[in-house]
Amino acid sequence: MKKRIPLIIIFCVGTLFVLAIFLPFPPFPAMEGEVSVWFDILKGFAFVLGGGNLIRVTADKIRKGHPDRFYLWVTLVGFFGMLGVGLLQLGGPIASGGDFTTEGLWFRRIYDGIFAPCMAAIFSTLAFFVSSAAYRAFRAKNREATVLLVAAFVILLGRTPLGNSLTAWLPDFLSFLKIPWLFEKILMYPNTAGQRAILIGIALGIISNSLRLILGVERSYLGGERS
Amino acid sequence: MNILKNLLFQLDRRIIYVAIALAVTIPLVFHFAVPLNPSPIVQSLFDAIEALPPESKVILSFDYGPSTLPENDPMAFAFARHLLTRNHRIYMMALWATGERNLDYTIEQVIEKEFPGKVYGVDYVKLGYKAGDEGLINTLFKNFKGMYTTDGHGTNINDIPMMKEITTLEDFDMILNVGSGRPGTKEWIQYAGDRGNIPIGGAVTAVEALLLYPYYPRQLKGLLGGLQGAAEYETALISKYPQFGITGRQAQVYMGPQAVAHCVILLLVILGNVSYFVGKRRK
Amino acid sequence: MTMWDMIVLWIGGAMTLMIFSFLYKDNPFYKFAEHLFVGVSAAFWMVKAIQTTMIPNMWAAIWPKSVTAILHAAQHTEPNYVRLIPLGLGLLLLSRLIPRIAWLSRWAMAVLIGFTSGTYLVRYLQSDFIAQIRSTIIPLVVVTPQGLDVTQSLLNCILVFGVLCALMYFFFSLEHRGVVGGISHAGIWVLMVAFGASFGYTVMARISLLIGRIDYLGQWLQSFGNIL
Repeated sequence: MKKRIPLIIIFCVGTLFVLAIFLPFPPFPAMEGEVSVWFDILKGFAFVLGGGNLIRVTADKIRKGHPDRFYLWVTLVGFFGMLGVGLLQLGGPIASGGDFTTEGLWFRRIYDGIFAPCMAAIFSTLAFFVSSAAYRAFRAKNREATVLLVAAFVILLGRTPLGNSLTAWLPDFLSFLKIPWLFEKILMYPNTAGQRAILIGIALGIISNSLRLILGVERSYLGGERS
Repeated sequence: MNILKNLLFQLDRRIIYVAIALAVTIPLVFHFAVPLNPSPIVQSLFDAIEALPPESKVILSFDYGPSTLPENDPMAFAFARHLLTRNHRIYMMALWATGERNLDYTIEQVIEKEFPGKVYGVDYVKLGYKAGDEGLINTLFKNFKGMYTTDGHGTNINDIPMMKEITTLEDFDMILNVGSGRPGTKEWIQYAGDRGNIPIGGAVTAVEALLLYPYYPRQLKGLLGGLQGAAEYETALISKYPQFGITGRQAQVYMGPQAVAHCVILLLVILGNVSYFVGKRRK
Repeated sequence: MTMWDMIVLWIGGAMTLMIFSFLYKDNPFYKFAEHLFVGVSAAFWMVKAIQTTMIPNMWAAIWPKSVTAILHAAQHTEPNYVRLIPLGLGLLLLSRLIPRIAWLSRWAMAVLIGFTSGTYLVRYLQSDFIAQIRSTIIPLVVVTPQGLDVTQSLLNCILVFGVLCALMYFFFSLEHRGVVGGISHAGIWVLMVAFGASFGYTVMARISLLIGRIDYLGQWLQSFGNIL
């Protein structure tokens, strides 16, 4: 029962979405449209689950006396503060529906003052880490690594004034060695070839895995306990 | 000499951080801009938008967050300017919750300031964010108003003039996606472009751009890749519509620090390799 | 700029510097900013999902009259009780939070996985398999009115044979020896060029993010100058 019903649901839902492509007559289009809306609503519930899980895990750690208890309280205060401000639409009219354009909305101020700057700053620190990695890790240890580095050089220089001037002096019959030309052709041809091969490989894997899930061969998502 | 050798070949990471920070800050302070000529893949998208019949219905999807604003905002602004100059109708939506704020910012900074004659609900509409990722695209393909029952301000969707003739995604003439990950251009191609033969244009971060090259040109009309893609599109836009020569150069201004930082990174790679080979020879 | 805009900018600038302080070493300011961000972001996604999807598309469909105070107008005038199904499934999904009845969430997960599997099967087959093969079938010899285009022919050959060689590298049913090994090795070279391009573009992307933050800090510093 615990495992059989999910398998039946997956089979029915998965088959519906495959059949709806090949059988575009009632009731399949309507069923596909309606179940798609259910999926979107369930995705919304998944965010609620995420929030609930955060509360559970954080509260658990605080209860057990985690050394970073103060910061965990900061997490909870931030969470409930943003939740309350957002759901109650504090600072704006009740019918704003969380609309960011509503003047005075506290939800928007916390987004602009805390969420957006923190997210942007966290990701921008990657620039420092990638430059440190460029110095420490990118070595031309063998021929393949050298090819990788040469390609990277061309890409990095390709659209800069330095890249243009380094090879601008080359005569016309050697124009295929000019960095801007190489930049464009590397992206359109060998890069596309490599990315396409990876894309096809991934597509084959996903197609086979989807079939396994629909037919009930793949059951790892059901967990390990006995039904 | 030994001190110099140690300095160059065993650089402390904090010196590298300061070097990168200066490489970005100094060109920004001195407004060192780098205009770029459009590459074929960018020009292709520009030409595709130019070729749209007047008053075409175009979806502009804001699928990015605050972390990629420097790359994606100039793209969104350029698209808004281009579409409104050509008198197309823009349907603005988001697959990312964080995209909605960027959508509002584009309306505030570009549409309301530079196109005061454009009317909300007639020339552009804010549909906003809905949860569902690619499921949302799948739903919209079948029944657009089944999900968007109101616009982003809460107005009944049937009360908005430019929504009257919309029933499914196939009613649109083009979909432009400004994105930085999943869901994004790839999902629009898979669930809308290939399924409904709807022209798709992508404007994505540099990290994602290379993954989308295989879709060009059959499944993707064109692609803006990263800050340089945005700068190239701005060049194409300004050369055709010079009125954007002052306000529409944000990516070109950012390309100055970008170019300098690239040179610093290359210098670091060279230094690192020199120190590696010198050390190897000593052994 | 209003007073509230100024306050929001100051807080944003301070949060940015707190995050950047990690570059020196881990410290209480960074930890504070990081933990605050985690809490605020989880709530943000939750609020947006509830207000943009769960209320208009589920609650307003089941009980339209209850939401007319929250939304300017509810699209659904007659209740649509079919939407009780996703409400029930959603509550089953939330049962994951209670260990004793967590197994019930598998039913809701099954709908999510069923949708994803069903759509992925067709979408990846069409867009990432058949369409990609179609795009690789291009002429190896390009002839224009001016005659043979050697450059374009070579580039097309690189594309077609590059795809084939790289695919051979991922084909593990045959041992990579002899001819197969040679083709597979050529595939490695193609992939190395692709990864080199990826590295270059990744560096570009990361630097762009930093440019944005430095510009923002510049505006933050300017706001102090405006006050003085």
